[in-house]
Amino acid sequence: MIRMPESVEDAVVRILRIANTKLPLDIGWALEAAAGWESNSVAYTQLGAIMDNVKEAENTGRPMCQDTGVPVFYVSGAFDASVAGRIGEGLRRATAEIPLRPNTVDPLTRENHGDNLGEGMPIIRYHPTDDDFLQITVMPKGAGSENMTRMAMLNPSEGEKGIRDFVVNAVLDAGGRPCPPTVVGVGIGGTAETCIEMAKEALLLPIDSDNTDKRLAKMEEELFVKLNASGLGPMGLGGDTTVLAVRIRKAHCHTASLPVAVAIGCWATRRASVRMYPDGTAEYFQGARP
Amino acid sequence: MILSSPLSEERVRSLKIGDLVYISGTVVTGRDAVHMRALQYLREGKRTPSELQGSTLYHCGPIIEGEEGGWKVVAAGPTTSARMNTLAPEMIRRFGIRAVIGKGGISKEVSEAMEEVGCVYLAATGGAAVTLANGLSKVTGVEWQDLGMAEAMWRFEADRLGPLVVAIDAKGNSLYEEVRKSLVR
Repeated sequence: MIRMPESVEDAVVRILRIANTKLPLDIGWALEAAAGWESNSVAYTQLGAIMDNVKEAENTGRPMCQDTGVPVFYVSGAFDASVAGRIGEGLRRATAEIPLRPNTVDPLTRENHGDNLGEGMPIIRYHPTDDDFLQITVMPKGAGSENMTRMAMLNPSEGEKGIRDFVVNAVLDAGGRPCPPTVVGVGIGGTAETCIEMAKEALLLPIDSDNTDKRLAKMEEELFVKLNASGLGPMGLGGDTTVLAVRIRKAHCHTASLPVAVAIGCWATRRASVRMYPDGTAEYFQGARP
Repeated sequence: MILSSPLSEERVRSLKIGDLVYISGTVVTGRDAVHMRALQYLREGKRTPSELQGSTLYHCGPIIEGEEGGWKVVAAGPTTSARMNTLAPEMIRRFGIRAVIGKGGISKEVSEAMEEVGCVYLAATGGAAVTLANGLSKVTGVEWQDLGMAEAMWRFEADRLGPLVVAIDAKGNSLYEEVRKSLVR
């Protein structure tokens, strides 16, 4: 979708609206495929309720889930220091206009200012490149799934088996809490904090694309099969559909470390991006750029 | 089957796990802060909202649009019930709650209180916030709005809210427990 000139603030409101009201196509396809193979009747009811809801949200322009989350913004390309303020203003406006649920509170007093801003907000990750465009991606993520994030500094001797066991246990111990069927993001390596960021950013990878790393692609496939054979099912009520995809990212780590992190995306793994060109046009998409 | 809320103890005790139900009638929301405040007020001998007694309590922090009297529910799916595990048993016993609507299930201690009182746990589809909001057709009031939109106690007149699955019945049977026991790791 190509749009004519608008401000960064307008574009931020628009990507928040798209992300919250329209499920990315790759996730929708995975849900439909799951409904096709699901053999448990309670599970089938859950998948049906999810798909009805997705259609209703899109048709009425309402957020598909009341937990519109804490959005994380990923900024890349060409930008300057003013971008943070513009994103914050876009988020404040989107909260009132869409509307989004005001979720952010002081961690100790629990005071809520009602605008999804406050200390440390908005959360932005910067990846400068030599491109002439500005790209902003948003991933709103609710607390049900975010609270199930797990991280471990394994011993290197635990190897791939240790990683697989950690991921399987993280997903199965979470049970119905993160709203399965989920998208499972895994980070392997890096330092502790980068490992968690990789796990979360893995949720941005379209789930209908292959991992370019063959070894990781094989792990993704094995974990996908194992988790769906677990019997946990949609909402933890039993069934054949526990995960829609497993996505893994890795980075080099210290020779004495084997960090692994799991970030779980609920069935409503939401994302949207805008690419703004110097001529003022903007392009919107929700997965890989078309 | 469509259940009319508030529910009778007899009706609640007749439900069994796996039943698919819809709720019509009064539904109130309550999550972390409502549990904390209601129990604190009881200890301090302060008044608590009368509609909590014998209620259908929805673990939900909705998105509500509009001003005093003209509220509209935009999105209202269930929140994770397990966060209320430590407070729910007392809440259910003290207020004689008949049905809890939530997602993800609750602890053994909570289901013991439910068995005692005659209360069921109804699993709503997590994230199905728009269709569930359609089932909560009318906002009829709000208490404790100072807790913020998500944490306030909203009162709705529901019209076929659902689908809801009886996931824990008043005999202590739990669909979650059955699934957990047969999980293949």
